[in-house]
Amino acid sequence: MLLSGWGRYPRAEGRLSAPRNEAEVAALVRGGGITPRGMGRAYGDPAIGAHAVSTRHLDRMLAFDEATGQLVAETGVTLGEIIKAFLPRGWFPSVTPGTQFVSLGGAIAADVHGKNHHAEGAFGAFVDWIDLMGPEGQILRCSRGENADLFHWTLGGMGLAGFILRAAIRLKRVESGWIRQTTLAAPNLEAALEAFEATYDATYSMAWIDCAATGARMGRSIVMNGEHARLSDLPPARRAQPFAARGHLSPRVPFDFPGFVLNPWTIRAFNELYYLMGRRGAGTRLTGWEPFFYPLDAIRDWNRIYGRRGFMQFQCVVPLATRAEGLRAILDAITRSGAGSFLAVLKRFGPQESRLSFPMEGYTLALDFPVNHRSLDLMPDLDRITADFGGRFYLAKDSRISAETLRRTDPRWQAFAAMRRETGLAQAFTSAQASRLGL
Amino acid sequence: MSGVALILGATSDIARACAHRYGAEGYTLQLAGRDPEALEADAQDLRLRHRVKVSVHRFDVLEADGFAPFLDALPTLPDTAICAVGFMGNQGASEKDPQAAALIMRSNYEGPAMILGLLAERMALRGHGVLIGISSVAGDRGRASNYIYGSAKAGFTAFLSGLRNRFHGTDLHVVTVKPGFVATRMTEGMDLNPRLTALPEQVAEAIWQAEKHRRDVIYVKPVWRVIMQIISALPEFLFKRTRL
Repeated sequence: MLLSGWGRYPRAEGRLSAPRNEAEVAALVRGGGITPRGMGRAYGDPAIGAHAVSTRHLDRMLAFDEATGQLVAETGVTLGEIIKAFLPRGWFPSVTPGTQFVSLGGAIAADVHGKNHHAEGAFGAFVDWIDLMGPEGQILRCSRGENADLFHWTLGGMGLAGFILRAAIRLKRVESGWIRQTTLAAPNLEAALEAFEATYDATYSMAWIDCAATGARMGRSIVMNGEHARLSDLPPARRAQPFAARGHLSPRVPFDFPGFVLNPWTIRAFNELYYLMGRRGAGTRLTGWEPFFYPLDAIRDWNRIYGRRGFMQFQCVVPLATRAEGLRAILDAITRSGAGSFLAVLKRFGPQESRLSFPMEGYTLALDFPVNHRSLDLMPDLDRITADFGGRFYLAKDSRISAETLRRTDPRWQAFAAMRRETGLAQAFTSAQASRLGL
Repeated sequence: MSGVALILGATSDIARACAHRYGAEGYTLQLAGRDPEALEADAQDLRLRHRVKVSVHRFDVLEADGFAPFLDALPTLPDTAICAVGFMGNQGASEKDPQAAALIMRSNYEGPAMILGLLAERMALRGHGVLIGISSVAGDRGRASNYIYGSAKAGFTAFLSGLRNRFHGTDLHVVTVKPGFVATRMTEGMDLNPRLTALPEQVAEAIWQAEKHRRDVIYVKPVWRVIMQIISALPEFLFKRTRL
């Protein structure tokens, strides 16, 4: 069948197996050349390959410790399911990416980050252990104290360090399902960066950035900070049911938008409107967890607005030291090319030591581009600028960087590739992305 | 008030979805299957997600001698019993091998009918109950491609119809479910039209709605009712020429 990631680019024919238990996984792993696939929410090609193995049916929650918040679950459980089961009991994922429709295994494999990276770290920081299946079908419990090497290769290893079967993660205690959100409008990039630095102690922070704005308004942003609302923050009427979520998953994009819907003018108009509305809504208010963490989940299948050809996401991180110049150079290249990004997100990362994970201290910029000639011409420029400023790329979003670019920006992957060749992991686990990047 | 639901053949994808649907309603669950050890993880999952009581029981649809002891050993006689036992088998092989054919017939008709029959007796004695049999559109008319499975399901459908007829006017209700194509393990690798294919969760939802609204025979995707009416209405001299 035709497999693709969330960006629906690229697409490739592949077999998709869906094992129901460990023995079936082991048989598939021993067959070699498999690509573990969770919810298919990576944008590009890390979960597509000649033989993808879906974790959808390995989706049981196995144990929960009320004292520590430790949840043991199988790889296919999604963050959304965890929230559904545990938010009513006062627990929330310690780290969540911008969609709740990711699997536990996928979140570990990409070592995903959330709006709280600067304050609390990436997903892996809250993983206590992982049960990992190796090339022979053997299962190893990996943690910081046991098979530690493999544990660290698995966090951010894009599913190439072994088949993640189960993991223990720690949830965080919350008093409500509400977020105390503070919004402010930053008229340009400098103001946005200043706002991030000034609110570094906020638990959650991110900015939507207008990459269509030029000149003095270049990089203008709506910066959002948030804290889990305490019971005392809620209006008295809400205190009886503090976890009752507002808002539901509603409209679905019913069909592929034709290509002309997203063009430089509509993108500019959307960005203008978004900025003005953000500025009008500046201030502090209570927001439900869904609109705060998962604004795009509200429009299911939103990837279809990019039409049949799909879209690419470009996500890089620029080190703290070169943040202003680096981000300015990227924004400059985008506006000069005439390609616009409908959705662009800027976020401050805190320090992170890791084997393979994407985050490093600095600023990450995520941009969506429809697949067309203009975007495809622009991408290599953005790659080069990122590399020149000492940045690197997020493989969970990537569909197109070259092996050379990865080597230049992130030499850590070469050690990983060598380890994979020595241990037989390279024969057992692969993906379209791994082949492209020589992993 | 929520009751107790027994799920027979609890490892199947549809059965698992049903367990979650009834669990979400607060039902106490009894999971029954050939390999109770394999059901433990499911039981734990259901307990964690829905905070309901779950018990696990060994049940083999081919061992009729074990049916009464199995029912005796249940913690309580359930309010709802869902039979999700089914075995597709291999049409080609069972055309030549009576043993293989018998396995399909026994798994899809004999066993399911007998266990629901026994449950009906006990529920009638108590005064109420809901019996839900997952049959198949394949039982609506025998086709060359799967008439062994289809004939067994036809028998099961007829059995459920008779049971419903017999207990009409009492507080014992019988639901016949004809799911059509479902994206499960049974159909994996088949090239199914997505418009005709339901997800296990949709089957479970339809079953729950059927119980709630006391429906008799349900097709999960309404289009299947139309398709099967057309197929059933075809005169035999035409039908026998088809390759469906």
